[in-house]
Amino acid sequence: MEIFDILVSASFWAAMVRIASPLIFATMGELICERAGVLNLGIEGIMVIGAFAGWMTVYAGFGLWAGVAVAMLAGMAFGALHGVLSVPFGLSQHVVGLGVTLLATSVAYFAYRLALPEVTSPPKIVPFQPFEVPILSQIPLVGPAFFAQTPMTYLAFAVVAVVALVLYRTPLGLALMAAGENPASVAAQGLSVTAIRMGAVIVGSGLMAVGGAFLTISAFSSFFFEMVNGRGWICIALVVFGGWKPGKALLGALLFAGFDAAQVRMQQTPLGAEVPYQVFLMMPYILSILALIVMSRRASVPAALMVPFNKGER
Amino acid sequence: MTARTRDFGLSRRHMLLASGAALASAGFVGRVRAAEPIKVAGIYTVPVEQQWVSRIHKAAEAARAAGTVAYTYTENVTNTDYPRVMREYAESGVQLIVGEIFGVETEAREVAAEYPNVAFLLGSSFMPDAAIGNLSVFDNYIQDASYLSGIIAGSMTKSGMVGMIGGFPIPEVNRLMNAFMAGVRETRADAKFQISFIGSWFDPPKAKETAFAMIEGGADVLYAERFGVSDAAMEKGVLAIGNVIDTQADYPETVVASALWHFEPTFDAAVAAVAGGMFKADNYGVYSTMAKGGCSLAPLGTFEGKVSEATMAMVAEREAAIKAGSFAVTVDDSEPKSS
Repeated sequence: MEIFDILVSASFWAAMVRIASPLIFATMGELICERAGVLNLGIEGIMVIGAFAGWMTVYAGFGLWAGVAVAMLAGMAFGALHGVLSVPFGLSQHVVGLGVTLLATSVAYFAYRLALPEVTSPPKIVPFQPFEVPILSQIPLVGPAFFAQTPMTYLAFAVVAVVALVLYRTPLGLALMAAGENPASVAAQGLSVTAIRMGAVIVGSGLMAVGGAFLTISAFSSFFFEMVNGRGWICIALVVFGGWKPGKALLGALLFAGFDAAQVRMQQTPLGAEVPYQVFLMMPYILSILALIVMSRRASVPAALMVPFNKGER
Repeated sequence: MTARTRDFGLSRRHMLLASGAALASAGFVGRVRAAEPIKVAGIYTVPVEQQWVSRIHKAAEAARAAGTVAYTYTENVTNTDYPRVMREYAESGVQLIVGEIFGVETEAREVAAEYPNVAFLLGSSFMPDAAIGNLSVFDNYIQDASYLSGIIAGSMTKSGMVGMIGGFPIPEVNRLMNAFMAGVRETRADAKFQISFIGSWFDPPKAKETAFAMIEGGADVLYAERFGVSDAAMEKGVLAIGNVIDTQADYPETVVASALWHFEPTFDAAVAAVAGGMFKADNYGVYSTMAKGGCSLAPLGTFEGKVSEATMAMVAEREAAIKAGSFAVTVDDSEPKSS
């Protein structure tokens, strides 16, 4: 009964979409990288640098959209680093990715402290405010969930559409997916596998950083060091959950966020007084693992994922 | 793992500063001042902006400005790296190390035992050990102030539903929450509580989402133990009660009162003990009580006149009784549950 009440409340659906938004950006970023054959474990750190760069830009007096742009550029810079090491140099993608995460996190921390050495409580900015789409936001349940969010949430859904469109409907998408499946065929077409993969990693990293920026300039108004809090790693799982397909990955992000939005509400029910709170906190992860088991049975891993490509080598 | 390198840049820099400060205090400062300032180092697992640590940092900075200590610090040290930083400072000639060892209790005590000539004043969930005579413990035992803030909260709630969001249900968090709840019941006997822990000290977006859920559930006063709660309260136009620091400046319309922690009595007592060569294993937690000046209720500020006079009379009466020792707030470290 209590659970039913939660599911029919508009605020639950709104919270689900809100919680999913940063995950959607970063999941799309990771998906692009992996579709081109590069596992990007730099995601967690790139989200941190995005969260910092976006917030710092706004704090310095520039606009919110400038914050999004700067976050994206910062993410792309670290993406370029990841790309150079993992694509032309062909180094271990695990090591490169974790290295980028460590470096990006440290750079964000260092830059923050250099910029704000003597603050006693984290400074605030005015974040994105919800924008209610006329008429559409009046639809029960769907309206508050999808049409009364901040502009960045709308952008997240737009990104999914663009990624799907480019992947499945353009020659560029075909070449990108081929670089992740059979890079030799791409090279045989006279295209540069290196350029395609580099581009994918750079653009994908930019999206991850925007996901991080969502936390500091839309969901919240300050920057904290630990605030990405493992969301990047969740996104890696969401890509697998979605079977490397944008639509299903979006569904996965919404599902995970839905579980999270449900658990904070279930803690408030009489059940919450009986069951240890840790069980509720675990819920999104356990349910996602179960869903992953079901969903991944027919998943097709990009054949050349994590396989470096050297032109002319057989 | 990610946090491990995070402190590299800074800890290096601060090591330089530390050695610089050591040189300065040994040479120049020593010649100018009669009593040489005590060399103090802070080791924190979180940035100094974090509410809890910010109070320690503030007290230490104040003592440094007053010339009684030479203070340096390293922040964002992971628990796995904590013993190394303790050793570095102990080896560098620091006389007093202040920090928090909630996540590294056993190892930190082992390190302290190896440096009997260095005094350690550490936030801990456990009691001091007589066998390690140079390690004293403290925590923000501000239940007196939490209780008083609860009295105000109880008088301000219209729905009778109070939401409380914490990081983890560790004893010190529980103690303050239970004291707050006892205070609420003084002015609102039938109050109901929604209680959540978010399983993280640093996830303001998550704390905010949890607060939204509580407000939807009918809560109209929130106990803001974490960053993010007051933001949700402000957006939805409900009231919030601050904890440890005064956040009313950021949320003038919604933060009614705050229970403040003052680390100065704890810090000054430890520095005096070190200076006098009297430092021993002790529980400095008592210096956080209201009687010792370790905690207080923040001024009502923007809510001056908006809280009923009867409530404020009760607060004043209880505050006087607590200070006089005729009333004691119940200490209850058990995990609070939703009702």
